[in-house]
Amino acid sequence: SNPPVAPEISSSVALDFVLIGRTSAFLLLHQARAERFFRSDHTNNWAVLVCTSRFWFNYRHVANTLSVYRSVKRLGIPDSHIVLMLADDMACNHRNPKPATVFSHKNMELNVYGDDVEVDYRGYEVTVENFLRVLTGRLPPSTPRSKRLLSDDHSNILIYLTGHGGNGFLKFQDSEEISNVELADAFEQMWQKRRYNELLFIIDTCQGASMYERFYSPNLMALASSQVGEDSLSHQPDLAIGVHLMDRYTFYLLEFLEDIHPASQANMNDLFKVCPKSQCVSTPGHRTDLFQRDPGSVLITDFFGSVRKVEITMETINLTPHTETALAYVDQLPVAQIIHQKPKQKDWHPPDGFILGLWTLILLVFFRTYGIKHLKHIF
Amino acid sequence: MGLLSDPNRRRALTNLLTRLNTPICVLCYLAGVAWFMGLAFEPFTLRTYMSENAMGSTMVEERFPAGERALVTAREFGAHKRKSGAMPVDWLVKTMQSRGLEVYTQSFSRRLPFPDENKERYMVRGTNVYGILRAPRAPRTEALVLSAPCSPDNSNNQAVGLLLGLAQYFRSQIYWAKDIIFLVNEHDLIGMQAWLEAYHHTNITGMDWAPLHGRGGSIQAALSLELSSDVVTSLDLVLEGLNGQLPNLDLANLFYTFCQKQDILCTIQEKLQRSDWDSVSGYSQAVQTMALMVLKQASGRPWGDHGLFLRYHIESATIRGINSFRQYKTDTTTVGRLLEGMFRKLNNLLERLHQSYFFYLLPSLSRFVSIGYYMPAFGFLAVILLLRALDLWVQLGALPSVTEDGVGSRALPLQSSSPSLVSILTPVVISHLTGAALYTLPVLSQELAVQHFPVSETEAVVLTAIAIYTAGLALPHNTHRYSSIAKQGWRVLKLVAVLYLAVLLSCTALINFSLGFILALTLVPVAAFVTPHVPKVLSAVVMVLLAPGCTLLYCVFAFQELQEAPVSLIDGWMLFLSVISQGMLDHALYGSLVYPLLALFIYPCWLILWNILFWK
Repeated sequence: SNPPVAPEISSSVALDFVLIGRTSAFLLLHQARAERFFRSDHTNNWAVLVCTSRFWFNYRHVANTLSVYRSVKRLGIPDSHIVLMLADDMACNHRNPKPATVFSHKNMELNVYGDDVEVDYRGYEVTVENFLRVLTGRLPPSTPRSKRLLSDDHSNILIYLTGHGGNGFLKFQDSEEISNVELADAFEQMWQKRRYNELLFIIDTCQGASMYERFYSPNLMALASSQVGEDSLSHQPDLAIGVHLMDRYTFYLLEFLEDIHPASQANMNDLFKVCPKSQCVSTPGHRTDLFQRDPGSVLITDFFGSVRKVEITMETINLTPHTETALAYVDQLPVAQIIHQKPKQKDWHPPDGFILGLWTLILLVFFRTYGIKHLKHIF
Repeated sequence: MGLLSDPNRRRALTNLLTRLNTPICVLCYLAGVAWFMGLAFEPFTLRTYMSENAMGSTMVEERFPAGERALVTAREFGAHKRKSGAMPVDWLVKTMQSRGLEVYTQSFSRRLPFPDENKERYMVRGTNVYGILRAPRAPRTEALVLSAPCSPDNSNNQAVGLLLGLAQYFRSQIYWAKDIIFLVNEHDLIGMQAWLEAYHHTNITGMDWAPLHGRGGSIQAALSLELSSDVVTSLDLVLEGLNGQLPNLDLANLFYTFCQKQDILCTIQEKLQRSDWDSVSGYSQAVQTMALMVLKQASGRPWGDHGLFLRYHIESATIRGINSFRQYKTDTTTVGRLLEGMFRKLNNLLERLHQSYFFYLLPSLSRFVSIGYYMPAFGFLAVILLLRALDLWVQLGALPSVTEDGVGSRALPLQSSSPSLVSILTPVVISHLTGAALYTLPVLSQELAVQHFPVSETEAVVLTAIAIYTAGLALPHNTHRYSSIAKQGWRVLKLVAVLYLAVLLSCTALINFSLGFILALTLVPVAAFVTPHVPKVLSAVVMVLLAPGCTLLYCVFAFQELQEAPVSLIDGWMLFLSVISQGMLDHALYGSLVYPLLALFIYPCWLILWNILFWK
């Protein structure tokens, strides 16, 4: 008769079910991990680090740039993917009492110049034209690879600018300026040429927030060390060298980045908290409205490091395509929105006392000269 | 019709001008004097601040350790100087070489036009010694100068000692971006003039010097050090240079900030800083300091060895150590650190100092008055001359209408027509010839004077000058006999004189405000009120009292009063004579322009006005 077979079948079926359940659970786990693996779209990282001021008393701008360079290199971005532009040579300046060094901490704790700095654009080569050409890729064919930004549509780019700036401009080398409109247009050209996936823009100058006001391309996140109308202050002087060594914002940024390692899960919200007003005296600002992902889900290493995650799996994983596509070219912000990204209109005020007085004067003179009898012709 | 082309309105305006002329002139004069006095009032002045970005704040760490060794070197230098009687050139060369500098010497000689009784020299022969510290890594395009004078008596030994100590310390540092030249000059200003002329390949004053064998780059800034004691109680800053030129205010600001950092007492015009500038005593001290600066600037002589650098657009100042009876003493190491800090900051400069003011007055080290604030004081005085000129013009324009209306004979138009050019030129030419005589004759005729009178050459020169000056007073009575001039011709002459004086004083005030202002204070009232119709004797006395010569006398007495060393009349007179001789020597030796200006232009102008007073 039948009974001795059924329990075996049922148990094996049960076992099968359990196995299938475990496999599917396993698969789900893998799927989740795989989805986390593809959380960010980028496959390579680039950095463009620019110091725009020359002269010995602007030592701190070079130290700023070199400290960001150092962090970015430490977290994995190779020199071939970094475009470093320094407008002056502080390490070999005649006034440097410690030649071949650039210090970021007083008492000479940290030499950010080190042994293996590769400067791509140096001295008078750091101009607005060269900077924009690097960003947009319009370089003459003879330009070597080290001076090019060879990014593609899966590159995350970090752009760091420092120097002297004002409301809506950044000064290059005491002789020219780049305006925020130019910069916004350059980023738009980069977007249209698919030269970046996501872009993080950090600026450490006076009134730095004005530089990111005009951005209108998608996938841009921006940070600045001070708001419009505020000055970014320098941090500490070193009495032996005789100059200020770093700016406050970058000093605390460097401190923050020293704690980041390639596997770190710190995200952008932590970066926004760097250097609050109590430490920086100015109010750092940031802009995330053009960025598609939630800043909380963006890792610091997505921009500052070149982190390759490799997971070995024996299973085959079915990847489901994205339900929502990334912003396609045709779907970017409509022109009307681009053009009208002006600063908010101020509320209507009644006309100035001066204008009122002027008009009163004009009317008085008119009526005095030509007589009050003409009044009836007006009304 | 327009305001000025309508004859009625114009006549009304000119009447107004004529009627109110004297009151407005008096008002302007008082306004000018009050404005000048008000300049030192604390709320009207600005705090000094560092304008040059490259010099930043005082954030350097000064580490000069060797103050005591510098004093030992100073004693050695003093001993060698006493032994050799003049500058110990060989010892200096050897010492500088042992400190690692490139050492060169320069010999020079000069025969003064007449013996200098203050410094007791006539035929000057000397040697400058200088060592160049080459910048370790920089190209040799720019230089800084630290100088100390080698004085014949026992003073300024410590300055040379500190200079050599600093040279040794600076040599071991690697952060110099400019060459530093350590200069020890003999016969103070004469040696400095020889060195500067040779450095810049010019020969302005006819001195005889050997060319320089070693040179740095173009000099950006220079400091001259005068230190005669082992410890100091305060450091005095001297800014006034040749022809009243001043260095850039940033140099004074630099000195002041470092004095505050090193906690040394710093003075200007040897007057201390105080905290209550807005009180009455504070205001009076500020006015005294400013008046002293005005007097020093007006004299046109360099008040320190730095004064000759300014002509070559090199910002320079003299730092003088003063040892008075005060409890808190500063040692040589601290003074050395101050100089080290200043030089490190000057080292950071990328271009010449130009961000701050070149024309200013300092009521104290922490407050300044810029040219935009002090010029209106002079402007008020110049306006008086212009108003007078307008008044005369109106009067001259009104004269022909009077004669046309009057029943005049044929002969009248000839007489009352405007005077001929010759009659106006004659007093002008004669006055200028007298001025030329005052300029050239005293020095030329010293031989003659010494032969005939029992005086020394210097006295002869000065007394000849005073004689010619006084002889000019006799002129008016001679010019009238040779030309028949119309009765109203004095108006034209006065118009010419007033405009001439206005142009002269304005040009002077632009270059040397103090000189222009002081001359304007006395000459403008004279020019304004003098006519042939005022009471002769009284006006003559007033005119003589307000003449340039007496102005100089008053300035001498005022200077002594302000320095809190008042002199008696006899001493004041002797001082006045020495001031005249110094003025002539400054002009011959360094090219100071005060003596030629006074002799060739101001004095003839005054003579023309004197002429007008005695017009018949």
